[in-house]
This record gives sequence, C-alpha cells and structure tokens, in this order.
Amino acid sequence: MESKGKDHAQLSDIFNKDEPRVDWHDETLWFVRQKRDKAVKAIPEWEQLRETASQIKNNVLSNLDGYLIQFEEEAKKNGAIIHWAADAKEHNEIVYSILAKHSVTKIVKSKSMLTEECHLNPYLKEKGINVVDTDLGERIVQLADETPSHIVLPCIHWKKEEIGELFHHHLGTPKGNADPQFLTNAARLHLRQKFLTRKIAITGVNFAVAETGEFVVCTNEGNADMGAHLADVHIACMGIEKIIPHRKHLGIFLRLLARSATGQPITTYSSHFRSPRKNQELHIVLVDNGRSVQLGRKDFRNSLKCIRCAACFNTCPVYRRSGGHSYHTAIAGPIGSILAPNLDMKQYADLPFASTLCGSCSNVCPVKIDIHDQLYKWRQVLVKEGHVGIAKKAGINGMAFMLNHPGLLKVVGKTGRWAMRNIPFVVNNKMNPWYKQRDLPEAPTQSFNEWYVKNKSKKNEQ
Amino acid sequence: MSSRETILAAVQLARPDHIQLPELKKYEQGFDDLQQQFAKVLETIGGKVYEVNSEEEIFTVVNEKFKGEKRIVSTLSSVPDGIEIIRNGTEPHTLEDIDLAIINAHFGVAENGAVWTTEDITIERVLPFICQHLAVVIRRKDIVATMQDAYDIIGNNDYGFGAFIAGPSKTADIEQSLVLGAHGPKTMTVFILN
Repeated sequence: MESKGKDHAQLSDIFNKDEPRVDWHDETLWFVRQKRDKAVKAIPEWEQLRETASQIKNNVLSNLDGYLIQFEEEAKKNGAIIHWAADAKEHNEIVYSILAKHSVTKIVKSKSMLTEECHLNPYLKEKGINVVDTDLGERIVQLADETPSHIVLPCIHWKKEEIGELFHHHLGTPKGNADPQFLTNAARLHLRQKFLTRKIAITGVNFAVAETGEFVVCTNEGNADMGAHLADVHIACMGIEKIIPHRKHLGIFLRLLARSATGQPITTYSSHFRSPRKNQELHIVLVDNGRSVQLGRKDFRNSLKCIRCAACFNTCPVYRRSGGHSYHTAIAGPIGSILAPNLDMKQYADLPFASTLCGSCSNVCPVKIDIHDQLYKWRQVLVKEGHVGIAKKAGINGMAFMLNHPGLLKVVGKTGRWAMRNIPFVVNNKMNPWYKQRDLPEAPTQSFNEWYVKNKSKKNEQ
Repeated sequence: MSSRETILAAVQLARPDHIQLPELKKYEQGFDDLQQQFAKVLETIGGKVYEVNSEEEIFTVVNEKFKGEKRIVSTLSSVPDGIEIIRNGTEPHTLEDIDLAIINAHFGVAENGAVWTTEDITIERVLPFICQHLAVVIRRKDIVATMQDAYDIIGNNDYGFGAFIAGPSKTADIEQSLVLGAHGPKTMTVFILN
C-alpha cells in the first residue's frame, strides 16, 4: 500500500483530493447508519440486548483461558484439528503447513479480517500460493492489488465505473459496462469456477461456542459455504476473543450483529460448523497476536468484546470523510484505532487522534465498548510514552501551562481576540493548521470572565 | 513451551477477576400473527412466500413458477415424476447444475424471516447454497418469534452442520446497489404448509 510512513492526516489528504468522492463516501455510509437506526428502533428491547451482550463478553474475558480449553476439547471431540498461533507469523506458517501437507497451491478464502491482520495473502503469494478472495468486495480490492477499506463493505471506496474497468481488464467483461447486476453476475460465474476446483477453503469465524465446539460464520453472499462445502479441507481462522460460552448466546449476538452492521434483520446465512463433512478435514487456528496483551491493559481490554459489525465506522464523522485506507491498518475506523496501538504504539500513534471524541461510536456499539473513552485514554498513554510529535507535544504542554496561569490566559485571550478582529491575516494563514479547510470563528468582544464580572455586578445592582 | 501453553498462561495472567454471566431474559414481541410477520420480513429481504394446504399444492406451484427449469431436485420423501431425489452419499460437485432445490427446514423465525436447516435434512451441506433457486418447506405451527426462541428449540441438538437461511444470496458490494444472487440462490421461496 501507498501508506508507508504517512500518518492518518496525510493519508486523509490524499483521499480528500477528490471531493465529490468524499461526499459520496460520507453520504453512503451515513445511509447505512440510518438503515441500522431503522432496524434497531423496531426492537424495543434493543438496549437490554446490548447490555446482555456486553455482560456475556465481560464474562468471556474474565474466563477466556477456561473457555478456550473447553472449546478445544469439544471441537476435538467433533473431529476438528486445533492449532494455536501466538502471533501472525505462526498463524501464517500453520496455514501454509496445511497447504503444503496436501500439496495444494490454489485456494479460496472467504472474508476473514484476522487473515488481513496477519497479512496472510502476501505471505502465501510469496510461497507461490494462489489465493482467491471470494467475497465480492474483497475480490474487487484483491484484483486491484489493494486491501479492504472497511471490514463489512471492503470496496466502499470504489465507484462502479472503476469496477467495470477492473472487471473488463481481469474478467473480460465488455468495456464501459458498469451495471452492478451485470458485474455481480460476471463475478458469480468467475468465482463459481474457483469454488468447484479448489481443494482447500479458508474462512473466518464470527462466533465460536465453548460449550459445543462449533463455530458460526455469517455471510450474505454464501461464499463461505460454497468454499467450505466443496473443499476437501476447511481451515477456519479465529482470534481467541471470538469465543462465547453457550450456544443459546448466539440468540443474543445474531439479533445484534446484522442489524448493527447493515440494518438487515439477520445475514442471509448464519452457518454453524460443528464437525467436518465425511472425508473432509476441518482445521481451526486459534490466534493470539497481541490479544492477551490487550486483555492485560485494564483501560483497553473492552476492545476485545468487538464483534466486527462496523457500526462505529459508519457513524464516525472522521472515518466517513477520510476513508479506510487513511488508517493504514487492517481494521480501520474507531475500533481499529484502539486495537492497532496495542500491536505497535509507535506505528499507530496517530490513530487515537483521528477522532472528534464525539462518542457516536460508543452509542452504536452493540456490545457497548467505551470506544471514545479508550481513544481519549490512548492519547494520554501515547503522549506519556513519547510517541507523539514534538509540535503536538509542545502545543499540549503550552496549553497546559497557560490554563494553569489565569493571568496569562487573560492576556493571551485578549490579545488573540484583538488580533482576530484587527489583523486576522496573522492567524488565518497557512502556518496555522486550524485554518486549513476551516474559517476561524468571529472573535467575541469579551471573554466569558469579563461577561460574568459585568453581569454579576449588574445583578448586584438590582 | 508450546504456543498453546504460552497463550493460555498469558491469558490467565491478564484476565480480570471473574464476572458472572447474565441471565437471558425473554422479550414479548407483540406480533399479531407469527406467519404474517415471517412472510412480511422474508419478502422485504427478497424472499417469496406461499401458503399451501398440501404437498401436492407445493408441486403445483413449482410446476407453474419454475417451468422450464431443467434440473429440479428435492430431499422430500415423496416427489412427483421429473423431480430427482438427492440421497446420502451424493458427491457435492455433481450438484453444480441444479436449477431448483426443494428442501425441508425445521422451523422459521418471524423476526428475521430465517429458516433453520441441518445437514440431516439437506442431505448434502452444499445443496441449499449451490442451487440457482431454493425452495423450502416449513409447517405453519413451526414458526417462532425470535432468535432466542429459535435456540430454545435447537437446544442441545446434535448436528454436524446447521444454518439459518434468510432469503436469496445477496450482495451490495458495488456502490451499495442490492443484487440478488451473489454466489448462492438467486431466489428463495418458502412454502408454509397448513
């Protein structure tokens, strides 16, 4: 990706060059948010469901090792083969070893943000493995040699004309045809051939049930099922936090997931995989990759409750206007901004600042993660740990000094107001990052303090 | 130490003190009629519903609506001539050219229009996904209000594979334009048997 070394603000600048596209992106995601609202309002007990889901996940985190052992035991009884991966590298090596054992070089893969997080595709490509992503949106970004910009809508940053051009180039569709129905059908035919000929299929996991050793995969397209049920070997990759205690808890989470994600009452398919098909091999890879570290961070462990619905993306005023790639991490948006610094504080120090802290993310989260509070807390950790640039640090320290010295604040405030009224060019220029894409407000004639003193004395006169 | 031990030890060290599981409450939905609600939701997500009084009636509708489809298969026990019965042990790849598959489902869910199927009644796991059109038969009495009710029925039942299916396969990945028939069936018809 082209993100090397650039931070969220710089990458947003690239996305913001095409203003009509930004507007479209913004409005489309807001439309998805509105669909979510409509679906949610039809469920009177919605808030109780969120609270219940949140409490179930709290329980999971407090007994995660116990549930993992239980899940492993049950899954083994069901005939699955369990693997444990401490980090992304080990996850990728495990997947490759299964392919190598079967001498398979061509595979299909349905959507799995974990494999994106582990950069499985580039790893396998280097090993000479041909991976076909089968979710339509993921296939589009894969053909374009990109990564998903949204965890539920991977190619939301693409326009249909561009997809038409891409398909013309890669799938031989007629030039200039950008009809979504036509293009989807072309992808259907192209991918059906892959489903029918690939011996190994990888899928993600939405929920894994400790009690039964089964796992659930949710899709609208049916691509996870087409892959898994036609392959000789099914590899399911999951983060260790995907565990839920009992099967009946699916009744809560499946009520919340699709409504939060797209406003649908449920995804078209909620597939429960318990044991392998006759003569099939089923592998489950349990991946830590920093999750146990995040679990130990008291202020941030709640981020592990995430069920990857992306409601926080769709509602976020920053995400909608900066696009997923500006976050330079597999999981973008508000939730990604609290997950990424756990993996690498230095590399992702910019992300907790890519937020207005408006709190909309926390309000829509189906498992009640305190996302905006965590963004705020990460900022403090990152400044303390020295991962914030000199200019920002100097600004914060300067502000702190001024706010601690009321006399100074009074003088600076007065000077500032005078300057904004009489010599605005001193503040309204390119040197001031606040002026970029903004107009400074009209300067008030007096400060609150001055107003208060004046009005208080008036009141005393009455 | 193996990765398994490393991960479990790290998790044990990091996890918070024990927090109780909440009790699951039931919520009254106030649907006037479960069948009507089921049909209404399924139709908004692209499905089609027929109320029928007998299995013969199902095949009358099939003959009319799916006229011209070449390969029609079923997992129902008795079917008229011209409809192929799928039996245990069928090689899944041979199902690739199926135009219409007619299967049973255990029950429907009124709040989201989903039906619950397991591999013992779909015979081959891939069958409801690989066909061009899917038809599902449920009984009128077998419709529950919510997913929570659904899992009450499923309980501890054993299955190797089970799926909730709600409508035809779909995608909106291209500019959020809804297209029915992504990889799986382009249509889904549910027959509600009185």
